[in-house]
Amino acid sequence: MEKKKRIDISRYLSKYSLFIILVVMVIVCNFANENFLQPANLLNVAKQQSVNILLALGAMLLISAGCLDLAAGSNLALASVIALYAYKAAPSVAVAFAAAIAVAVVCNLISGIMVTGFNTPPFIATLAMQLMARGLALYITQGQNQSGLGADLQEVGQGNTFGIPNSIYITIVIILAVVYLTKETKLGRAVFAVGGNEDAANASGISVKAVKMQVYALNGLLTGIAATIYLSRVNSAMPNGGVSYEFDAMIATIVGGTSFSGGVGSAVGTVIGAFIVGFLNNIMNLMGIDSYLQQVVRGIIIGGAVIWDIYFKNRKGSVK
Amino acid sequence: MGETIKMELRHVSKSFPGVKALDDVSFQLKKGSVHVLCGENGAGKSTLMKVLYGLYHPDAGEIIIDGEKVHIASPADARKYKISMVFQELSFVPDMTLEENLFLGRWHKKNPLKMDWKRIRRETEALLEKEGLDYAPDTMLRNMSVSNIQMLEILKAISFNAEILIMDEPTSSISNQEVEFLIQKIKDLRDRGMSIIYISHKMDEIFRIADEITVLRDGKTITTLDKDETNVDEIIELMVGRKLENQYPKVSIEIGEELLRVEKLAKDNVFEDISFHVRRGEIVGFAGLVGAGRTEVMNTVFGMEKYNSGQIFLNGKQIQVKNIRSAIEQGVTMVTEDRRRFGIIPVRSVLENAALATLKKYFYKGWSHKKKEREEVAEVFGKVRVKAPSMETPIMNLSGGNQQKVILAKWMLCDSGQVIIMDEPTRGIDVGAKKEIYELMNILAESGKGIIMISSELPELIGMCDRIYVMREGKISGCLEERELFTQERIMSFAVS
Repeated sequence: MEKKKRIDISRYLSKYSLFIILVVMVIVCNFANENFLQPANLLNVAKQQSVNILLALGAMLLISAGCLDLAAGSNLALASVIALYAYKAAPSVAVAFAAAIAVAVVCNLISGIMVTGFNTPPFIATLAMQLMARGLALYITQGQNQSGLGADLQEVGQGNTFGIPNSIYITIVIILAVVYLTKETKLGRAVFAVGGNEDAANASGISVKAVKMQVYALNGLLTGIAATIYLSRVNSAMPNGGVSYEFDAMIATIVGGTSFSGGVGSAVGTVIGAFIVGFLNNIMNLMGIDSYLQQVVRGIIIGGAVIWDIYFKNRKGSVK
Repeated sequence: MGETIKMELRHVSKSFPGVKALDDVSFQLKKGSVHVLCGENGAGKSTLMKVLYGLYHPDAGEIIIDGEKVHIASPADARKYKISMVFQELSFVPDMTLEENLFLGRWHKKNPLKMDWKRIRRETEALLEKEGLDYAPDTMLRNMSVSNIQMLEILKAISFNAEILIMDEPTSSISNQEVEFLIQKIKDLRDRGMSIIYISHKMDEIFRIADEITVLRDGKTITTLDKDETNVDEIIELMVGRKLENQYPKVSIEIGEELLRVEKLAKDNVFEDISFHVRRGEIVGFAGLVGAGRTEVMNTVFGMEKYNSGQIFLNGKQIQVKNIRSAIEQGVTMVTEDRRRFGIIPVRSVLENAALATLKKYFYKGWSHKKKEREEVAEVFGKVRVKAPSMETPIMNLSGGNQQKVILAKWMLCDSGQVIIMDEPTRGIDVGAKKEIYELMNILAESGKGIIMISSELPELIGMCDRIYVMREGKISGCLEERELFTQERIMSFAVS
C-alpha cells in the first residue's frame, strides 16, 4: 500500500515535471541570452514550431494507438506540391488547404490500409509510403522547387493578425481540437485502449482496425494543414522539403510524455515537448553553438526521454 | 530389461510463494520402460519435470541416477546425465531449416567463424534414417506440419544420446492418426532401452503406452501402479479423490426461461455438434480436459472466432454473431481466460478499463459525460468490492483478483449483457478473492443473467453450477442435469475416453 502511494506521487511528479522542465529552461535560457525572452523571439519560436506541433499531434495519436508514421515529412512535401498546383489552377487559400488535406489523407489511408488490411507492421508500411510520396513529389516537379504563391496564400504562414503570426492561430485551434478529441470523444478513449492492449480492446468490442484507420486519417488531416502552412512559410513548394520532419514530430511527442509502447500520450504534453525542443534549438542558435553539435544534443535529449519513459514503466510494472 | 532402476526420486519437495507445488514426491523409473505420470491440472506434473530437467531446484529430496546421487542445476547438467525433454509447447525457429533447428545452439563448427555444414547434414541424415523418417534436411520448419515438428522435437531430444526421455503431453497438438505413429515410436525407443517419463491425462493413451503409472495429486505422489493391475476408474478416482470443502456459497435461485440456445455449432477440426442451452438465473458449467474445445466453443459464441455451421438463439430468436461487438450488443459477454492478454489495458486506469465496453453510454452528443461515468463505475465497484487506491490507478497495479473484479464490473455496466461467459474465472486468484468471485456469480444470476463457467477445477464446478456439460475432443460427451448427480468421478468419466 505504502509503495503504491509513493508510485502514484511519482506519477504526478513525472506529469508535472514537463512543466517544471519548461519553466526551468525558460529561466536558464533567459540568463544565457538576454534576447531569449523578447516577445519577438518567443513568437518566432512558436511560429517555427507550428508545423512541428501539428505533425507531433498526429504522431501522438498514432503512437498512442500503437502505430507510427514514417511518411509524415514526405507526405507533407507531396501535399504542398499538389496544393500549389491546385492553387495555381484555382487561386484560393481554401483550394490550397483542401488539396493538401486531400492528398495527405489519401496517403495516410494507404498506410492505414496496409497496416489494418494486410497486417503490415506500421514501420514498414509507412516506410513504403515515405518512398512513394517522396518519389511522386520529385517526379511531378522533376526535382525543381515551384514558386507562384499569391499574396493571400503567403498570408497563411508569413502574415500576422494583431501582431501574432496567423499560423499560431491555426495551431491553437488544432491543439484545442486534439485536446477535445482525446478527452471528450469515444475515439479518443479507444485510441489509448487500442495502443495499451489491442487484444483486450478488441475483446471489449472496440473495432481495432476502424480506430487505427481513423487515426491515420486524422494524421492525414493534420499533415495536410501543416503542409499548407509550410508551403506558405517557405514561399514555394519544395519536393525535397520536410525531410526527417516525422522524427522531429516523434521527438516532440516522446519528450512530451507519449509512451512508445502505446497507450499513454497527451496533446498538451506534446505541445510542451515541442516547445522544449524548440527552445533548445533556439537557445543553441542564439548562443552560436555549432549546428552539427546541435544534432548531438538533440540525440541525447531523445535518448534520455525514452530511458525516462522506460524507467518509469518498469518501476510501475514491478509494483504488481 | 525392465528390472534395473534407471532413476529414482526420493522425497522431492518444491515450494513457490504461497503454493507447495511438490510435497515429498518419490518414484522409481525402470530402465527400458514407459512410466506415465498423471494427475489433474496443477497436480505438480510439470513442476516435477522441470525439476528433473534442471529448470527448477528442489527445496528438499534427492535424485538418483544409475545408483548415484546427482545434482541437476541446469538443462546443461540434465544433458550431462543424458536426460532429454520434449516440451508441451514446440520450441522451434520457423524460418530455419530442419537441420539448422535440429542442431540449434550446438552447430558443428570448423573454426569459431565457420560452420561445418557438411557434418551437420551428415548427422541429420543419419538420425533421420535411424528413426525411419523421410524428411528432407533442408525443409523450412514453416512448411512442416505440427506433428512432423513434434517428431522432430523427439528426434532432437534423442540426438543428445539421451537415456532418459521426458515427454510433457506430446499429443496435445496432433491428430489421432499421428498419435498412433508417435506411440509406435515411443514403444520402439523403449524396446531399445530408453527410459521414458510420459505425462498425459488422456486415459486411452496412458493405458496403451504405460508400463507403470504414478498418480500425483496436490503435489504429492499418491501411488505407483503396474498398468496390468489397475484400470481407468481406479486411476481417475486416485486423480480427483480430494475432499470438497465448503467454500462455495451456492444459493438457490429460481430459474427462469431459456436465454441462450446453441444448436449443432461446428468448426472444422476444432469442435462439432455442440448443442446446449442456458436459462435465466442459471450457472452452467463446462468441464473437460485442457484442449477439449471448451474455450474455442465459447470464443465462437462471443464472436472472437468464426464457425462453419450451427445456430445461436437468444431469447428464442436466432442471432448472427459476426464479431465481438455484435455479440456484446446482442447480450453475450465474456470474461476471458487469459486476463493479461484479453482482459486488461495495463497502463490505463481502473475507471477506463471498467468503462471500456460501454463507451457509448458515456460519450454522446459530442461530449463525454465523466460524472455519469464515474458514478456508475463507482456504484458497480461497490457491488463487486474492487479494492483500488483510486479510480485513476493503472489497473496493472491491482492484484489479480481485483483485476478480475474490474473486468466483471465492465460487463455488469453493459445494459445489454444477458449471458456472461466466464473462462477459468478463478485461475491465479487467491482463495479469499475466489469466494468473492463466486458470490458475484450469485448476484449476477439473481439479477436474471445466465452464466456459463468453464473451469478445470472440478470442485468449483460442482460447488457452483446448476448443470454441467462435459466436453471431450471437440464434442459434448455428457451433461449432468441435477446437482445430486455431480461427482468428480462422473465428470471425469465423461471427460476422458
